[in-house]
Amino acid sequence: MTKNFKGIAASNGVAIAKAYLLVDPDLSFDKKTINDVTAEQARVDDALKASSEDVTLIKSKAEKNLGASEAQVFEAHLMVLADPEMSGAIKQKIADDKVNAEAAVKEVTDMYIGMFEAMTDNEYMQERAADIRDVTKRIMSHLLNVSLPNPALIDEEVVLVSKDLTPSDTAQLDRQFVKGILTDLGGRTAHASIMARTLEIPAVVGSDVATKEISAGDLVIVDGLTGDVIANPDDDTLATYQKKADDYLAQRAEWAKLKDEQSVSADGKEFVVGANIGSPKDMAAVLDNGSEGIGLYRTEFLYMESDHLPTEDEQFEAYKAVVEKMGDKPVTVRTMDIGGDKHLSYWQLPEEENPFLGYRAIRISLDQTEIFRTQLRALLRASAFGNLWIMFPMIATLGEFRAAKKIYIEERTKLEESGVKVGDIKLGIMIEIPAAAMLADKFAKEVDFFSIGTNDLIGYTMAADRGNDRVAYLYQPYNPSILRLINNVIAAAHNEGKFVAMCGEMAGDPIAVPILMGMGLDEFSMSAPSVLQTRSLMKKLDTTKMAELAKQALDAETNDEVIALVKEVTQ
Amino acid sequence: MAQSKDFHIVAETGIHARPATLLVQAASKFASDVTLSYQGKDVNLKSIMGVMSLGVGQGADVTIKTEGDDEEAAMAAIVEAMGTEGLAE
Repeated sequence: MTKNFKGIAASNGVAIAKAYLLVDPDLSFDKKTINDVTAEQARVDDALKASSEDVTLIKSKAEKNLGASEAQVFEAHLMVLADPEMSGAIKQKIADDKVNAEAAVKEVTDMYIGMFEAMTDNEYMQERAADIRDVTKRIMSHLLNVSLPNPALIDEEVVLVSKDLTPSDTAQLDRQFVKGILTDLGGRTAHASIMARTLEIPAVVGSDVATKEISAGDLVIVDGLTGDVIANPDDDTLATYQKKADDYLAQRAEWAKLKDEQSVSADGKEFVVGANIGSPKDMAAVLDNGSEGIGLYRTEFLYMESDHLPTEDEQFEAYKAVVEKMGDKPVTVRTMDIGGDKHLSYWQLPEEENPFLGYRAIRISLDQTEIFRTQLRALLRASAFGNLWIMFPMIATLGEFRAAKKIYIEERTKLEESGVKVGDIKLGIMIEIPAAAMLADKFAKEVDFFSIGTNDLIGYTMAADRGNDRVAYLYQPYNPSILRLINNVIAAAHNEGKFVAMCGEMAGDPIAVPILMGMGLDEFSMSAPSVLQTRSLMKKLDTTKMAELAKQALDAETNDEVIALVKEVTQ
Repeated sequence: MAQSKDFHIVAETGIHARPATLLVQAASKFASDVTLSYQGKDVNLKSIMGVMSLGVGQGADVTIKTEGDDEEAAMAAIVEAMGTEGLAE
């Protein structure tokens, strides 16, 4: 039976393939009294062995597809499976209570999960509770003889259907076989969506009903351009979408021709279209899409994907790898932005009522100066190998910028005096706090450049967390209030002859780009797969007309009015 | 004759994450019983969950005992693991 429903379009393209349900099977069981203790204990050994074999296989797949650091979590799973105390306790329980293996496994693992979850002040231990939960599911599935979904082992083309995708799920995906992603939960900025865009897999998220409506093996169409989902389509619908999928691929091929071209408007004004990255692993997509720079290198992933504070040399190698690959094109590195929703397992930040308004980013760097100095030294050393710029995140006051710059100068001087070669670094700030946007004219006298971080700027201006469904309507990037702040920043920078970039979602948004071109934004930095589409859009637009559009947008009253204005001018 | 040695944990993270894994891996290579004692509690050092359940933090004083045929080699391997990880002194 054909079924239609809609979700949020999260990653462009159209996927048509069989559904692979990434949903836990029924693992319920009856607690039974048993007589043959030895046989029951042997079942436990068999299930542990089979589980270890699964995990070993998944681990090697993950290592191959994603690298050793992503695969580390499976090493932890293997150690839990090999834990002599755990298997000993399970077998003891079978012998003492004469219960079946399922009941004994559940009781013992629940005890461990409870113990680790009770350590609420320790995020690392809480994550281990999740590991034990994962492992327990696997042991149970073997005891009950049901199959657990193993996304790492998919070997035919599928649309992955799940409630939500966790980082450990996406870590196992094989791009060759996963043609589309469809989830019940999440929004455009959820982890699953960002991953899907990075991997260029069409995705629809937040459908609410996907896992209920779709059965394993159903033929599914996922339209990542509109958010439409169709299960078991009729032949006509299938043909229509097949054409849409092909058209999209043809469009992409057309964009690909722009790879080595400069980004210029119809009237010949030059812009920089750059890419955002989180690690040197993202460089392939950056180069494939002809990015003219890196507008945002998010260094916090170096800290988050490690189990210790990254050393100066570890950081140096990562930064050097990126700037070398970019040659003379600029690479803007943002110093660590930990805090808010970004945590480190090995370093506990204080519990706070409002972490987004709390101890994060530059606030931590200026407090824990040794961590900050280590990062700056690594950046200074890497700067000799390319065109490296540094920016500080979450700057609210001039005092913060001056303090950070002072530390930077101290480290720079020390390195230079010891004979280390340092490049010609530009020093700038992120504009993501309304206070800094309002005072941009003063900042512009002291910084080399601005980079507008729209995700946080919108959140702080609207006082709304867009991850919170009840207030998500307040995420209004085109609201004239936001546009005025942005325009203020661009004008202030240009008044002092300074460069101004944007590195939030908005920079690659086809509604925002025409307005931003009209305001004279210098650099647009976005996820790499959006670069060519944006370059193609720019070629069609005339900056004089866009300046007029920007003026009208700044004078508009609502978000919707601005959208209508842009559509009228660009279509 | 069992071996016993005291360690003062200096690593910022205590015995968590990678250090815990390495200690358990080192201990698991030997036939001897290996015990970690902290604040009056004893756990099997071959059990990752046992080790982590102690929540050994920075500045903690712990005792490790090895007992069995290869107890000396086991202790030597643990001392080495503690050293290479900068875990204890």
